[in-house]
Amino acid sequence: MADLSVNIAGVEFQNPIIAASGTIGFGHEYSEMYPLSVFGGISCKGTTLQERQGNPPPRIAETPMGMLNAVGLQNPGVEHFIHVELPWLKQQNTVVIANAAGSTQDDYCRIVEILSDTDVDMIELNISCPNVKAGGAQFGTSPESVEKITAAVRKYCKKPLIIKLSPNVADIAAVAKAAEGAGADAVSLINTLTGMRIDIQTRRPIIKNVTGGMSGPAVFPVAVRMVYQVKKAVSIPVIGLGGISTWQDAVEMIMAGADAIQIGTVLFTDPYAPLKISEGLHGYLDTHNIPSVRELTATVEV
Amino acid sequence: MKFDAQDCLLVSKRQLTPTIFDFRLKNADLAEITRPGQFAHLLVPGKTLRRPISVCDVQDDVIRLVFEVRGEGTRILAGMEEGSLINMICPLGNGFRIPEDKTVVLVGGGIGVPPMLYSARTAGERAIVINGFRDKSAVILTEDFKALGCRLIETTDNGSYGIHGFVTQPLEEVIDQADVVLACGPGPMLRNVAAAAAAHGKECFVSLEQRMACGIGACLGCAVGIRREDGSISYRHVCKDGPVFRAEEVAW
Repeated sequence: MADLSVNIAGVEFQNPIIAASGTIGFGHEYSEMYPLSVFGGISCKGTTLQERQGNPPPRIAETPMGMLNAVGLQNPGVEHFIHVELPWLKQQNTVVIANAAGSTQDDYCRIVEILSDTDVDMIELNISCPNVKAGGAQFGTSPESVEKITAAVRKYCKKPLIIKLSPNVADIAAVAKAAEGAGADAVSLINTLTGMRIDIQTRRPIIKNVTGGMSGPAVFPVAVRMVYQVKKAVSIPVIGLGGISTWQDAVEMIMAGADAIQIGTVLFTDPYAPLKISEGLHGYLDTHNIPSVRELTATVEV
Repeated sequence: MKFDAQDCLLVSKRQLTPTIFDFRLKNADLAEITRPGQFAHLLVPGKTLRRPISVCDVQDDVIRLVFEVRGEGTRILAGMEEGSLINMICPLGNGFRIPEDKTVVLVGGGIGVPPMLYSARTAGERAIVINGFRDKSAVILTEDFKALGCRLIETTDNGSYGIHGFVTQPLEEVIDQADVVLACGPGPMLRNVAAAAAAHGKECFVSLEQRMACGIGACLGCAVGIRREDGSISYRHVCKDGPVFRAEEVAW
């Protein structure tokens, strides 16, 4: 069987499939169905310094081949994460990635400083959440703002630092280069695309927050394009995500330039997707006599 | 095993009204662990999101789901043929706690009626069931409830069948015989049932619905406002903390 292991910024993953932040909480629920070690890693629910209640409902709407969400970073706060969730997660035989969010630059620096003194394996900086009023995406929308927040956080970050990029920008490659230049160890992309749906009977937005983040198979081609552009622009590892739902999608995303992938929305459609994607990757690599998934990255011939 | 995503064989499909369908799905493992008031999350071919449907009944290795066609997803489900496999995550949610040796009043409204059947079966002769419908054409499951030997009261909003009026009228008449009131139905009905229960000092639990994604408590999509003791609102989730909530906690 082919080797599925990958190394991202010095961290060993037993396979390139990572659960995307916000879709798996802190892992407990999916662990009722299978061991979390089916994932190479888990990017935990976006965590802030203090507990957040999140947005009023409805928070979810379906879209053609996808969905919108506006959960609004509901989370129990970083201290709860460290003392209640992390000890259990560290026993699950998978890479634990903390996803750090905030409203101000100071928030980001402080939470990253706190997380740096824990057992988390990596920190993913969430500067692309479209569903909160303050912070989130405002830090991720231009190369200048991404460079500034990355450089500020870097000073406090003693863990491998992944910057999660927003697709709601004019030039994704420039944003990725800004993150790399300011000290990011890897980038992950794409976060959700901002979308909206209206109930035509009531004339009201379906989501109470009016807009939400769009994910699912519908965004996949956008994600492939952006990962392709980013891979050509940076030399740090690229984690590709956005609408991956089959092993074929995983192969395609890796060919576009991903060193590892994240899956999220597909877990809602099929909780067993990570097992099927892993099996499909093995099958593809074996069929094509490729000894390691690492040899597949950025092999698209243009 | 608390729940799992498994294929279930659609062994019987019936249409109860122009918009309501009655599915019987065979899966011994899931049927074994499913309790009243829990729900199943059904994969819909071609759709990203599953559809949460409350469990109507469980007998032996068969889970019965009675659902209404509300949109595209439920329309696709309604088109599934007997003999097909439907992937369900089941059982989900907390369900109704049916107290032993207590008289329970079960109140169902419209498509909120089906989950009351399994609850009534569990409560047996201790159940008083009040089911409300829009009109005669929407009435479902009458014979199923009668077969359980529970006391059954039916109402229609327009008086075309049963008692003319809302479920709260007969509820007022029987509530003093009850120890606990369990309800599922449209929001306004649940609010009125909760108010009646509160006025009579009875415990009341209501089953809520919300737009849902994962179904198991991971994504935090299906939030519902819960009033804390200090009056502030916090969000809990229909799929994992519910769908059944203590009525007095719900921030209507």
